[in-house]
Amino acid sequence: MRWLREHLVLILGMLVLLYTFVPIAVVVLMSFNDPATRNVYRFDGFTLDNWINMCGPETEGMCESLWLSVRIGLLATVVATAIGTLAAFALVRWDFPGRSSSNLLIFLPMAAPEIVLGSSLLALFVQAGFAGQLGFWTIFIAHVMFCLSFVVVTVRARLAGMNDTLEQAAQDLYATPAQTFWRVTFPLVLPGIFGAALLSFALSFDDFIITNLNSGSETTFPMYVWGQARVGVPMQVNVVGTLMLVVALVVVVVGEANNRRRAAALTK
Amino acid sequence: MSLRVEAGVEAADGTAYDGLRLRALTKRFASFTAVRGIDLDVPRGSFFALLGPSGCGKTTTLRMVAGLDAPTSGTIELAGKDITGAKPYRRPVNTVFQNYALFPHLDIFENVAFGLRRRKVDGVDKKVAEMLALVELDAQARKKPAQLSGGQQQRVALARALINEPEVLLLDEPLGALDLKLRRSMQIELKRIQMDVGLTFVHVTHDQEEAMTMADTVAVMNGGLIEQMGSPAELYENPRSTFVANFLGQSNLIEGRVTGRSADEVTVDMHGIGVSVPVGRAHTDGQQGWVGIRPEKVLIGDAGSKLDAPGNTIPGGVVSDVSFVGVSTQYLVRMPWGQELMVFAQNTGRDKIFRHGDPVELSWRPEYAFLLDHSQDVRAGAQEDG
Repeated sequence: MRWLREHLVLILGMLVLLYTFVPIAVVVLMSFNDPATRNVYRFDGFTLDNWINMCGPETEGMCESLWLSVRIGLLATVVATAIGTLAAFALVRWDFPGRSSSNLLIFLPMAAPEIVLGSSLLALFVQAGFAGQLGFWTIFIAHVMFCLSFVVVTVRARLAGMNDTLEQAAQDLYATPAQTFWRVTFPLVLPGIFGAALLSFALSFDDFIITNLNSGSETTFPMYVWGQARVGVPMQVNVVGTLMLVVALVVVVVGEANNRRRAAALTK
Repeated sequence: MSLRVEAGVEAADGTAYDGLRLRALTKRFASFTAVRGIDLDVPRGSFFALLGPSGCGKTTTLRMVAGLDAPTSGTIELAGKDITGAKPYRRPVNTVFQNYALFPHLDIFENVAFGLRRRKVDGVDKKVAEMLALVELDAQARKKPAQLSGGQQQRVALARALINEPEVLLLDEPLGALDLKLRRSMQIELKRIQMDVGLTFVHVTHDQEEAMTMADTVAVMNGGLIEQMGSPAELYENPRSTFVANFLGQSNLIEGRVTGRSADEVTVDMHGIGVSVPVGRAHTDGQQGWVGIRPEKVLIGDAGSKLDAPGNTIPGGVVSDVSFVGVSTQYLVRMPWGQELMVFAQNTGRDKIFRHGDPVELSWRPEYAFLLDHSQDVRAGAQEDG
């Protein structure tokens, strides 16, 4: 009884971790599955075929949809990060009429239900006469739209936490406004911008609802998975999932190793 | 013709003022006026301190000289050139910021090299190495600011500004974040560096001891104005206002009525006791005034004894508090008119130490007393510590 009391926090923590990691573990496991039948989601035997034949005939359209998602994700990330960073600078650094309401409105796309955003965007596109041209560019515009809020919020937090005496110090040391920006401000805000870009890509890659409403005849990876779910998801989907997990892990591990290296240097 | 010559005294002899000159400098913010039209001459090569409590306008003055705040009116001249409207990156002025403002993403070397690189100066490596040696940080060149201690960061901030050899180096409470012991050693260090490099230093501080230790000229600021300017000894020995008398050290201020003025002294009736003050130390024309005397200038003795101070002797005191602080004993003596006066007696071993309740008399040499305007607040500038 006493042992339980002392270890309760630890046990609860482990249970929470288990709860979040089991689905991920299943994805990794299933990527090595050799299924007897497509319709029953069950581990039948170990194989490397799914990894070797990721883009094989049994997964027709998957790799094309994956490539589409990656392209849209990268493009939307670049554009949303650029515009969002500029907007964040404006919101933090310049006092203009309507600044406080802009600060509030920027949260709206994050707060609004996706289905509402998606359908209103569709209505907008149709009204504007793009009904027959839904596809890559409409998906891209939609993704930039919802990524923007997240970029602004992330970069804004970084900027607001930054001491502006550093910029004054740079000016005091003969740096022109442009030099001050590129030598001091930008390098210091960069981690925030990088974080915003990662978040943007994850959001874009993952989105189903808004994309589904505005994609026309294009199929992104989430849409492919959704479509296959009705006839049985091919095990290669799990390979893609595992690959994404590995990419995310690498980013986290590299970041953490960087932090540790810095921390170690500090204690020297 | 002759009028024009008279208008420009400096133009007449062909040389402009080579130091820092502020004229009618004013800064108004939306809700208050921080600096109210100050005039100030800082001689080239001097160590100048702007001393005052928080909110007196000293930092705003400094920021205007640096170009980080634009004056509402008035002019700033440096070595004969008007720099009032010049951008901060176009002025030969560098600042050591209060919290150092070191660039966290650059190492110590690059922090110090920053100004040289912006101006595309040659021989950066050599100059930075020399500067780091001057502040004894050569071993830390490749570390990041966060890896250094507070005192080391302070020296980096100083090196980063000094390396540019500015016309004026501005120091905004540079020692404020250090602990007492480190602060004392940095004060001496800063003074030494200033003498070595011979640049003009303008140092902003609220610490009167710091200002007096380091500066050769101190300007005491209060409420956006300069109350008094002079050498530390001058300010301390002959304050012109109750604010200066209380803010620099401590003062006994006793109400008195002027009874006579002669060519070299003013006589004052102080609660029935006549005292005199030299004319050069009497800063009021009124009939009433505050007689000021520093606590360490007051001698204390047994009632009826002969004290070595011709002139002003005040009988009838009773010791109401005794604090032994090692080098001296600090007494509070209650006078017949109810006021408690401070007396600091050196512990030379010659004089006895009085105890609470002892009847005593006080005395001081008239040349140490000063007389201040009665309309001034007697508590102005005093440390509020109950």
